[in-house]
Formats: sequence, C-alpha cells, structure tokens
Amino acid sequence: MKIHYVTGVCALFVVAIHIIMRLIMPFSASLTYNNVIGNYHNIFYALLLEIILVLIAVHGFNGLRIILLELRQNRTWEKYVSYGTIIASIAIIAFGTRTIIFANGLEL
Amino acid sequence: MENAKKNMKFSTHSVSNENREGLKAWLNPFGYGWERVSYWLQRLTGVFLLIYFVGHVIETSSIIGGPDVWNSMLQLTQTPAGHLFLILVIGTSTFHSANGIRLIFTHLGKGLGEPGRPDYPYSPSSLNYRQKSGIWVALILAAFAMLFGVQVLFGKG
Amino acid sequence: MSFGTSVRGDFVMAAKTVTLRIYRTIGKMKGTSNYDEFEVPIQRWTTVLDGLLYAKSYLDSSIGIRYSCRMASCGSCGMKINGTPRLACYTKFSELNTSLIICEPLGNFPIIRDLVTDFSQFFKHHKNLEPYIQNKSADIDNKKDLSWFRQTPEDVDKYLQFSYCIKCGLCYSACPSVATDSKFPGPQALAQEYRYFSDSRDDASKKRLNLVDTNHGIWRCHFAGSCSKVCPKGVDPALGIQLMRGHLMKFSKSSMKKAKLEFIHSDDYSGTDG
Repeated sequence: MKIHYVTGVCALFVVAIHIIMRLIMPFSASLTYNNVIGNYHNIFYALLLEIILVLIAVHGFNGLRIILLELRQNRTWEKYVSYGTIIASIAIIAFGTRTIIFANGLEL
Repeated sequence: MENAKKNMKFSTHSVSNENREGLKAWLNPFGYGWERVSYWLQRLTGVFLLIYFVGHVIETSSIIGGPDVWNSMLQLTQTPAGHLFLILVIGTSTFHSANGIRLIFTHLGKGLGEPGRPDYPYSPSSLNYRQKSGIWVALILAAFAMLFGVQVLFGKG
Repeated sequence: MSFGTSVRGDFVMAAKTVTLRIYRTIGKMKGTSNYDEFEVPIQRWTTVLDGLLYAKSYLDSSIGIRYSCRMASCGSCGMKINGTPRLACYTKFSELNTSLIICEPLGNFPIIRDLVTDFSQFFKHHKNLEPYIQNKSADIDNKKDLSWFRQTPEDVDKYLQFSYCIKCGLCYSACPSVATDSKFPGPQALAQEYRYFSDSRDDASKKRLNLVDTNHGIWRCHFAGSCSKVCPKGVDPALGIQLMRGHLMKFSKSSMKKAKLEFIHSDDYSGTDG
C-alpha cells in the first residue's frame, strides 16, 4: 500500500502538468497533429510522459491487484494476480515507451 | 441442540467463506454512511480510470502512424458519446485525486481525532465532519470539473 | 390469575403491533431457508429482542436465537435488522419506524440455525493477534516478586475506548473487506491489536506491528467506516486501525511512555499482610 500512496501523490502532480499543457491553448487546437508531435519532440515533455506512464501504470495495476487479492485467498490466485498485474503494467509501460520513443524520433 | 453442536464442530474445521457477503458488499454503498460511499466511489473510479488509462495509451500510439491516423483516432471522441466519456473521465479523476489525498491522510492516522471516553449516544470520532466534508468537497470539485469539461467540449460545438 | 397471563395481558393491551419477518433454516442444508412472519405487540420501549422472545414464547418455540444479558454488554444477540447489523437488545422497534422488521443472521458469519451464527473463525482471528498484555520485565512465571504498573488517567484514555469491545461481531459483519477476504482479521481483531499496542503496560509493540503487517493484514482496511458506524459500544474500530497504520508507516511517533513497573519483595508484602 505504501507504493500506492507514493505513486498516487506523485502522479497527481505530473498529471496536473500534463492536463495544463492541454489547457494553455484552446482544447481542440492543442490536439492537432502538429502540436502534439511538437510536444513529443520536446525532450522534457517526453520525459514527463514517461514518468506519468510509469507512475499511473504502477498505481493503477497495483490498485487492481489490491481489489483482486481481496476476492480470493489461496496461493495460486495470489500468484496469478500478482504476476498478472506486474506483467500487464510492464506491457503497458513498454507499449507507451515505444510510442514516446517513436514519436520523439520520428522526424529527427 | 445436538445438531447445532455437530455443526459447530464441522465449521471450525473448515476455513469457511460460507455466508460471506462477497462482492455484493462492496458493490452496494448504501446503509453505512458517507465513508462507505467514498470507498465504493474510490474503487469504481479507480477501475474506470485504469480502463481509460490503458485505452489512452493505446489510442495515443496512433501518433506514430502520421497525421491521417491521428486525425481518424481523434474522430472517436468527436461524438456526443465520446464527449460524455471524456467528461466522465474528468469528473472521476478529480474525485479520485481529491478523495485519494483525504484517504492518504486518514490512513496515516491524521484528521480522525483522538481516542477518548465514549458516551451515549456514541458518535465515532473517526466519522467526524472533517472526513465527511472531505468527501463532499471531493464530490463538489468533481462536479465543477465536469461542468468545466461540458463548457470546453460542448461549448464550441 | 397467573403471572404469565398477566404479562400476556399487558402485551395484548398494547396499542400497536408490528410484523417480525424472521430468517429460518433447517440445519445447514442449502436452500432450506425461508422467512416466517409473526405479529408482535409492541410498546414504546419494546426492543427487537423482546419481540423475538415474545414470538418464541407464544407463537413458535422453535425460533433459534442466541441472547444472554439483554442490555448490550454480552454481545450475543447481534443480527441484521432491516439490513443493518445491530444488537437486537439495543434496538427498539420505535426507533426503526417501520411496521415490518426483517431479522436475518449476521452476514460474513456461517449460519448455525436461524439467527444463530458461528463465531469460531472470528474468535480465531482475535486470538491470532495475541490480545493480552505482554511485558518481559514483569515477573509472571516465578511470582517471586509482586509488581504493578502505574498508569496515569491519560495513559488509560489512550486505550480505554477500544477495551469496551464486547466481541459482538457487528463490525465484522459490516466490513466490506471481510466480506470477501477470509484471512483478513477484521475490524474487531485489529482494533484490539491497537488496544494492546497503545497500552503503556505492553512492550511488544514491534511484534504487534509485524503481526498486522501482512498481505491480508491491516492493509486490507480501506476506511469504509462501516465498522465504526455499527459499533454499539462506541469503540470506533476504524480509528484504532488508522492510528495503528500511522505507527506502522512511522508517520505517528511511537514515543509512547511506558508505564513504570514497581516491584515489591514478597517478604515486604507478607510483612505488611501479617
């Protein structure tokens, strides 16, 4: 649970920055391809996205793990739930990182 | 009496999940006050936001495909239903954050009051008005965030 | 005129009656449960337990119900009344404000018969957390030296509230974590753990923290507050659990002053005695 509190509080701050980036200009304008790809090319924004990705993935899948762990109490279930959520969070982090790296290096 | 005794023996030997209320208990927020509602909402919004997060990571990966793929992906949320979904995301994330901060404090034992000498009629100090107003503030903030979302998303269209 | 009829006569004179709908089973057989309805006369002060005992005395003697003190100090008559875990002896018909009262056995407890539930697992969880004072410096084994602890009223206030627990199982029945997790000790056991943790006579704080710091331990509490809501003695288990968690995460300072142990030599003691 400690990891849940830490990632939760940290995610709150970085997600706030992420949302503010969408709100400093008209919402629909901020989502045009050129603007978004421009964001990705900024190394700091890319890093911010990566941090959000890791924090939310850990927080979210740990939360899911907590909910699922409470449903059944046997070793097999606990093992499956723990490994399943760890693999799922690693998969989503890998997939998101691939997007960030490709989008960042697309027109370099 | 004999029967009851036999049954009692039987149940001590089995680790029993018998007559546990199961999922029904956390899916039903009513009858136990605001804290139970907060528990229920915190979980539901958490699951909902996790689904959104996975969807968000997958949909934004279309940026790699170039402007055309990106724009066709954007069309997904340009419908009223898509807008409603986004507004729901805004509301749930606001509630989950605000209530989450309150919960971190309570889980650290802060803002709950001190143990004392309870007197009838008992009012538990952990269910005090600071806690309740924390939940209400989270709900109100979520409502305002959703109103803001309505203004941004539906205002132009 | 016998005493019995006069009592019954009083009941008959009562202005109001309510319907008690009682959950009935035949042993532990699945699918044998049904509800029986009884018309029960009530007064302003009639408790649900009084109503149940009236039904058992005059209408159906086979109703299975456990009770003892009738004054909320034994914790035997816990049951779900209109969907909420309550003590039957502590709930008046007049405060329920309905003419249909549904009595069901406590949730999260295996049913033995009718309204009687099996507490063995509940007590096992309680025992597992070692609910007694442990102090290495006290000379319990040899009893050579008599000793006592000095506690100030402030020391007592830290745990007194939690020591009012009567083990009625209402919190265990209300808890949404207990509802799915059979290894979770439940609000009652965890609150008792804090009761001994915060007692200045106890010096096993570290052990107690380790006891609850498990996968299915204190972390399974998510502060739904239902335990404190239903507690009939104002114990507030949720408060104890959160305070304990504060200590577990080293957020609350555990600079608890320990009670002073004072020894009297047995010679001195026998001297004063003689």
